Amino acid sequence: MDSDLNLKATELRLGLPGTTDAISPPKNNKRSSPDSDSAPSPPKAQIVGWPPIRSYRKNNLAEAESGSFVKVSMDGAPYLRKIDLKVYNGYLELLEGLEKMFKLTIGEYSEREGYKGSEYAPAYEDKDGDLMLVGDVPWEMFESSCKKLRIMKASDARGLGCAV
Amino acid sequence: MCLFQFQSVMNYFPEEVLEHVFDFLTSHRDRNTVSLVCKSWYSVERFSREKVFIGNCYAVNPERLIARFPRLRSLTLKGKPHFADFNLVPDGWGGHVYPWIEAMAKSGINLEELKLKRMVVSDESLELLAKSFPNFKSLVLVSCEGFTTVGLAAIASNCRFLRELDLQENEVDDLKGKWLSCFPESCTSLVSLNFACLKGEVNVVALERLVARCPNLRSLRLNHTVPLEVLQKILVRAPQLSDLGTGSFTHDPDSETFIKLKNAMKNCHSIRSLSGFLDVNGRCLPAIYPICISLTSLNLSYAPGIFSNELIKLICHCKKIERLWILDTIGDKGLGVVANTCKELQELRVFPSDLYGVGNTAVTEEGLVAISAGCPKLNSILYFCQQMTNAALITVAKNCPNFIRFRLCTLDPIVPDAVTNQPLDEGFGAIVQSCKRLTRLSVSGLLTDQVFLYIGMYAEQLEMLSIAFAGDSDKGMLYVLNGCKKLKKLEIRDSPFGNMALLSDMGKYETMRSLWMSSCEVTLGGCKTLAEKMPWLNVEIINEHEAGEGEGEASCDDRHRVEKMYLYRTLVGPRKDAPDFVWTL
Repeated sequence: MDSDLNLKATELRLGLPGTTDAISPPKNNKRSSPDSDSAPSPPKAQIVGWPPIRSYRKNNLAEAESGSFVKVSMDGAPYLRKIDLKVYNGYLELLEGLEKMFKLTIGEYSEREGYKGSEYAPAYEDKDGDLMLVGDVPWEMFESSCKKLRIMKASDARGLGCAV
Repeated sequence: MCLFQFQSVMNYFPEEVLEHVFDFLTSHRDRNTVSLVCKSWYSVERFSREKVFIGNCYAVNPERLIARFPRLRSLTLKGKPHFADFNLVPDGWGGHVYPWIEAMAKSGINLEELKLKRMVVSDESLELLAKSFPNFKSLVLVSCEGFTTVGLAAIASNCRFLRELDLQENEVDDLKGKWLSCFPESCTSLVSLNFACLKGEVNVVALERLVARCPNLRSLRLNHTVPLEVLQKILVRAPQLSDLGTGSFTHDPDSETFIKLKNAMKNCHSIRSLSGFLDVNGRCLPAIYPICISLTSLNLSYAPGIFSNELIKLICHCKKIERLWILDTIGDKGLGVVANTCKELQELRVFPSDLYGVGNTAVTEEGLVAISAGCPKLNSILYFCQQMTNAALITVAKNCPNFIRFRLCTLDPIVPDAVTNQPLDEGFGAIVQSCKRLTRLSVSGLLTDQVFLYIGMYAEQLEMLSIAFAGDSDKGMLYVLNGCKKLKKLEIRDSPFGNMALLSDMGKYETMRSLWMSSCEVTLGGCKTLAEKMPWLNVEIINEHEAGEGEGEASCDDRHRVEKMYLYRTLVGPRKDAPDFVWTL
């Protein structure tokens, strides 16, 4: 799946891009001559009202896109992370992603016993605010109802059906 | 028969006949024209006119409107200048609808339809509207603000014969009220309901019931909180819909609900227009393939969740599309597919998905050229792109001489030709030369005075022109003012046009609806001169800085450049509701 390229094209960055083009200062001179090299364009966000898009549309796009970004907290960690659920095609990829991000192992999921064989269990807060174990519902349903992720210590997750 | 002979003949007929003849004149322009022929025509016309369009709410006032058109039933009003859409007009500028509603209510006008664009609509106004006009049928609000769901509840509760409630892209404070439940059981007349811009949840049971009891419902646009399960139930109840805006379109594609939705969709043979998908799962899209073949209008510009390949797959089914609004995630390749598939395409809008300017947007001049080559009926385009070339624009001009609206927006406002590094003057020049019926034009990219020479020379039908970061000198603006005889609205930002251009032909502004100039070179003195000489114009300065800011420099100095100027012709002098920061000179 060519998700990587496409996603880059649609990715909304809310701050300075980390690894890509450097930002050049905004051009104030209305008659500036064209650059002969391929210098990156000035940060458009700094010109009020450009590109000319209705604020309604801007707000909606920003919300819609960030809609798939969810906060991920890990018990004991000082700050949270954010991930884009749309990047993942299913639970396997999501858990692998989380394992990489937090440098831990999550173990195998089973319906009866939750997550076996690790210190951690992934849980999430759904639309109703309830804390749920990741993996019980079909992926699409999870995607649309997951508001926040929480990597819990397995000992705390006992009530959610995890074996310790 | 020329108009003079015709008029003489017509004067032998009693007024009723004149009135009957005028009934056939539906366009505002025609009606305005006949009213100018002679006094008796003016009189017959004004008593028979039911629909009035006012392009600038400050050009006239409610009292004059009512005095001239006592039989008014349908009113369209526009408020703020167009650049207000892009945050160039501060809050509180004006454009309040309340005085209009109040005046019409007091005068016993039998108002049935109200359409407002860029106006401030308070809950109070909506409540007054709902209670004052027993035959009120249609409310359309476009890009308005100032109201909440409380106002909507008033409309729902009181307008017994409501046919249309159409809310397009408004900023509504959703107080999570139960406005939808306020439609009484007796309300069965709805034809069109659009609440896509509301952020809060609605009572879905009330919604389903409402849909079930309105057999004439043709257009329904839901907001993103309405889940797919509810959409499925609604489609079962209302298979006669011709315009659908989905709410949330995400579900497990293997579930029973989803299968039910697919079947319900198949049964909707009348859907010609589709929008929504703010919240979408690409794997659910195949459910709409069966209706794609009949679609004439498709708006996916609020669906960043649909990736390029899914978008392309979808488009392949849309052979009859006439109007397509999408995001640039479609890419040049996707536009190529559109060009091959959508032979009936008339209007295309490609919006940017990457708002933060990282520069990874996916459409260039290639996509535009492909569309122009493949879609012979194309006449209206809004195209946000990463780059453009003169060669491409020249090709587009040759392929599509029928453009009525041509709006190009390069994401970098002064980007030159991507290949030659030249200004884009020649490209736009080709467009105006080839497209003899062009009425609206927006230019962008690196542009010199030359492009305006072309516009002045060739754009004979041009009514609206938008300019940003363009031109070298006053000559540019002069070319336009002198050349474009039909110009109605001119809006300019960040361009080096000053007093010389502004004051060269002051009478011109009385033939236009309005002129906006911001971050240009006009000074306070220039604006004052204009205001002095032209009593039929309101020359407004928007001054957002406190007096005394900036090292004690008096902002009242005539030599000072004016940050924002908006002038418009008016019959009623300076407006009385201007806020502190707006000075009418």
